[in-house]
Amino acid sequence: METIFLYALVIVLFTISFFKDRAKTRAALKKAGKSIEGILPQLVVVLVLVSTILSLFDSGVISRLIGRDSGIVGFFGAALVGSVTLIPGFVAFPAAAELMAQGAGVLPIAAFVSTLMMVGILTFPMEQAYFGRTTALYRNILAFGFSLVAALVVGWVVGL
Amino acid sequence: MKKSFSYISVGKRYSIPVLMVAGFGLFLSLIPHRSEMALTSFLNQGTTMLTVLPPIFLLLGLLDAWVPREVLIRHMGHQAGLKGGVLAFLLGSAAAGPLYGAFPIAAVLMAKGSSYRNVMIFLGAWSTTKIPMVLFEIASLGPRFALTRLGASVFGIIIIARAMEKLVPKDKQLCTMGSSSESSRQTQ
Repeated sequence: METIFLYALVIVLFTISFFKDRAKTRAALKKAGKSIEGILPQLVVVLVLVSTILSLFDSGVISRLIGRDSGIVGFFGAALVGSVTLIPGFVAFPAAAELMAQGAGVLPIAAFVSTLMMVGILTFPMEQAYFGRTTALYRNILAFGFSLVAALVVGWVVGL
Repeated sequence: MKKSFSYISVGKRYSIPVLMVAGFGLFLSLIPHRSEMALTSFLNQGTTMLTVLPPIFLLLGLLDAWVPREVLIRHMGHQAGLKGGVLAFLLGSAAAGPLYGAFPIAAVLMAKGSSYRNVMIFLGAWSTTKIPMVLFEIASLGPRFALTRLGASVFGIIIIARAMEKLVPKDKQLCTMGSSSESSRQTQ
């Protein structure tokens, strides 16, 4: 859905760009191609990491980690699972809702959702390629810490 | 900037990915009961990457060709103040796709003169405050859950961006790959 919109936007903008300035349009295409080739090695690494790790983290393992009665271990486990996995929101939200319906706590679910979106351990090679190791490391650590705090806040408000 | 195409540098850049793919092949053959799942997720994630990334890179190409450096500095640079942060937030929230799609765009923004803090705000907004995702989260997990998380995230994004600016040494606040064709033209 989002992707269709993205492609439509690209087609419209490129058509406008083409009629306004062909040289700039050609430069834009060249830049796009170069940028894709530039990140391709990291992309392959990330793809292999993701597929290997996610095959070990099947849904059974995930729901055991963040499911019912998992306590403090579940809280940190959920945050870790979210940091490692790479699931689009439209898959993750219904899955999270399902886990909650089965009795998973608000705290681990909120921690999972937050780290899923903000922390990317497996995409680290890509992030590092663009911003260097220091920025990538700090951003992920801060985002992880923040996600735990956000989960506590969500748990508190939902429990009110 | 790459001066000429060199097979040696290509070989060097791709040696790790090739090793990884070989390792993946080994993993598939040694642990057969995981191989089906690994292959499925390899295909799924690969499809996502191949469908989401090309339009993002094309938009980035347009951004690079059409938006002059001065304009970006004025609107998102160090002097842009609150307006720059708000703009970074809106740009990130209007986005679509996984966070790794934001990295190349953020790098171009930075190469064009956006401040480090605003780039971090952009990344934060892209990761959590995307409007369609928020609506979807409300529908799945309830307004109380989703809106509290959204409120916390807005704070968190700003705090993280400011903390990054303070904690990361100034000489590391850079983008290592998002060279803008404009700046490279100037240095040539």
